[in-house]
Amino acid sequence: MAAGPMKMRAILGAGFTDVRVLMNHPMETGQRKDAEGKLVPMHFIQNLTVKVNGKTVVDAQISQAVSRNPVFSFRLKGGAKGDKIEVSWLDNHGESNSTEAAVA
Amino acid sequence: MNRLRRALVAALALTLVRPLAALAAWNKEAFGAKSPGDALKGLGIANATASNEVTIDAPQIAENGAVVPVEISSAIAGTTALIVVIEKNPFPLAARFDFKDGALPFVKVNVKMGETSDIRVLAEAGGKYYSATKEVKVTIGGCGG
Repeated sequence: MAAGPMKMRAILGAGFTDVRVLMNHPMETGQRKDAEGKLVPMHFIQNLTVKVNGKTVVDAQISQAVSRNPVFSFRLKGGAKGDKIEVSWLDNHGESNSTEAAVA
Repeated sequence: MNRLRRALVAALALTLVRPLAALAAWNKEAFGAKSPGDALKGLGIANATASNEVTIDAPQIAENGAVVPVEISSAIAGTTALIVVIEKNPFPLAARFDFKDGALPFVKVNVKMGETSDIRVLAEAGGKYYSATKEVKVTIGGCGG
C-alpha cells in the first residue's frame, strides 16, 4: 500500500516549540489475521527523523507496537516563527515519506 | 563497454546499499527480542536506576489496547535518549528516541498493548540509565484481532 499523506503543525509555546505530526501507515504487527484467516505480514515504520532548519534533532527507531496511523508530539528547545521543521520516516519495506512545515 | 559496466556497478551498488543503510539504523537484535531483558541487552543496557525524574503519563485502564496514549519525558539534565518497553508485548521494545541538541526529552505517542502490562521508560543521561514504570490495564488487546 502506498504511503498516504502526512500532516504536521508546529506551534511556538512558552520557551519551546510543540511539533505534532500524523502519518498514514497501517503499522501491521504480523499477528493480525485477515478475513480469510491468513496472517497479515509485518509492515511498519522503523525510522523517524525530525529536522529543524536541516539539522537533525530527534532520531527515533520504532516498532510495530506504535499504533496505526501514528501521531507523535515532540518538543523543541526555543524556536522562532518561520523555522523549517521536516519529519521523515522509513518502513520495513523501504518505503518512505516526509513532510515540512514552518513554525507558526 | 566501460559505460555499460559503470552503469551496472552503479545499479548494483544502489540495490545493495539501500537495505544495508536501513538495517544499520534499526536495531534488529533489540527490537526482535521477545523478553524485556533481551531487549535491553540488545540496546547495551546492563542496569538502570529507578528515578522519579522520568515521567510516564498513561491511562490506568485502557479500554482499547490498539491505541494507548503515552506521554513520556525526563527531567534529568543531559538526557539524550528515551526508551519505551512494554513488558508483556510479544516484542517488548516499542521505541527508542535519540535527542540531539535542540530537542527536549519529551514524546507523546499512541502504542499498542496486547494485554495488561507494565510500561517501562528508560532515560539515558551521561552514559547512565534511569527508569520508571507504570502499569496499564488493558480490557481489549491490540495486537491480534
